[in-house]
Amino acid sequence: MFVYADNAATTSVSKTALDAMMPYLTEFYGNPSSLYAFGQKAAEALAASRETIAACLNADPKEITFTSGGSEADNQAIVSAARLGARKGKKHLISTQFEHHAVLHTLAKLEKEGYEVTLLNPHEDGVIRVEDVEDALRDDTCLVTIMFANNEIGTVQPITEIGALCRERKVLFHTDAVQAAGHTPIDVKAMNIDMLSISGHKFHAPKGVGVLYARRGIALTNIIEGGAQERGKRAGTENVAGIVAMAAALKESCDHIEENAAKIIPMRDRLFEELGKIPHSKINGSLEHHVPGTVNMCFEGIEGESLLLMLDDNGICASSGSACTSGSLDPSHVLLSIGLPHEVAHGSLRLSIGEYNNMDEIDHIIKVVPEVVAYLRSISPVWDELEKGTRKHLI
Amino acid sequence: MALYSEKVMDHFRNPRNVGQIDDADGVGEVGNAKCGDIMRMYIKVNDGIITDVKFNTFGCASAIATSSMATELIKGKPVEEALKLSNDAVVEALDGLPTHKIHCSVLAEEAVSAAVKDYYDRNGIAYDPAIFKEHPDHEGESCSI
Repeated sequence: MFVYADNAATTSVSKTALDAMMPYLTEFYGNPSSLYAFGQKAAEALAASRETIAACLNADPKEITFTSGGSEADNQAIVSAARLGARKGKKHLISTQFEHHAVLHTLAKLEKEGYEVTLLNPHEDGVIRVEDVEDALRDDTCLVTIMFANNEIGTVQPITEIGALCRERKVLFHTDAVQAAGHTPIDVKAMNIDMLSISGHKFHAPKGVGVLYARRGIALTNIIEGGAQERGKRAGTENVAGIVAMAAALKESCDHIEENAAKIIPMRDRLFEELGKIPHSKINGSLEHHVPGTVNMCFEGIEGESLLLMLDDNGICASSGSACTSGSLDPSHVLLSIGLPHEVAHGSLRLSIGEYNNMDEIDHIIKVVPEVVAYLRSISPVWDELEKGTRKHLI
Repeated sequence: MALYSEKVMDHFRNPRNVGQIDDADGVGEVGNAKCGDIMRMYIKVNDGIITDVKFNTFGCASAIATSSMATELIKGKPVEEALKLSNDAVVEALDGLPTHKIHCSVLAEEAVSAAVKDYYDRNGIAYDPAIFKEHPDHEGESCSI
């Protein structure tokens, strides 16, 4: 059995999205900047997609900028706010320890340029507290950027409240909503969001397209210079087919948020319930504030890469926050930020379920994971010491 | 391209000599749980020959595969020869490892060495301490590749 349980990494392209984009690859391949009718056909598709996406977010089409994905949108939002702030002598930015690297590395770059960055710690439940944001705000703060939903543990942040606080204090508020869009309702007006990043391939559009929403009046700084596309704010011929697919996919996802959640949540809960029976395991992140599909757990005494490769041998695609899978020496910065010891974070597993999964697949995961964990523990000197009592259980 | 060679995956999926030896003549443990890998090597020695070897490993696929390969390379060999096992030999026998996984093979070499040192110490066999490099266990320090 093949089970794709890594939907937070990427998703399949839906039939709706593929059908919508195909004519713009084969038939209407004109450049939207061309003046003849054949080019304008593509320009019309772009305009319609912009309207569709704006409607999904309760934004104005003029507030939508198409990008190459979530990372570019994050980069542009943060750099734009920093430049606007610098003009007024405001060079302090607030974010969190467990952001995506697209945010963290952009902030690190700004720090080198002389900006000051405060990174808030999430609490153990993987949720940022509004009070902590309030305490960190300064007179020279120009931006608060806090992710909507965390990519590894799936916790949803108090976006509306943080947005209201920022509005009151006249500080720009950006949110990386890559893991939220299409999975949980977003209303940029009601949630007081000034800027927001989304990525098409997380909700069944192809890879390589994303959106930066920026409230009217916020002047964007170009990341890519060149032609006058996207009102001169993002050069480069538009990925017309990808954008059309993204609009169709976002609309379909947003139209079915509740229906999809009703299908996904029982699968997720069954995973939590059954895998939670594995001794010395731990569920990471608050279940109360959570996107529907993400399951993140730690199993003591084993290492995540071995776990993933053995799951792969059993047809299961998943991910882990162990150092070996991160390509660095340390385990996931997200798991460390919620207070997990290194030893425990090495044994993490993320399963992310989508509406295309089914209970038979969940049953397969529930059968395989405990077997693999038990096997890896049987050859682990760490587990041996935990069992003999010469090493203390941490979870 | 696959992450690992066929041989690494074979030793990961079907590790040789996995387990423990209750009446081992030497046991060596290296690595640190904080850094994500620990290897424990057990040896049984008869007339200066390693007659049996077993291992337990906590770590990634390459940590398990290098432990497994190291046991195969020293089983049946004189103790002195096992001491000469280099991490390069383990990597070569596995048809290579990704660069960032080379430290796993170093750990395997160190585990064999630690087991032999323990055997020498238990049996009062004299040796030049210089042949055993100091292996910091990284406790409280940052992990190294």
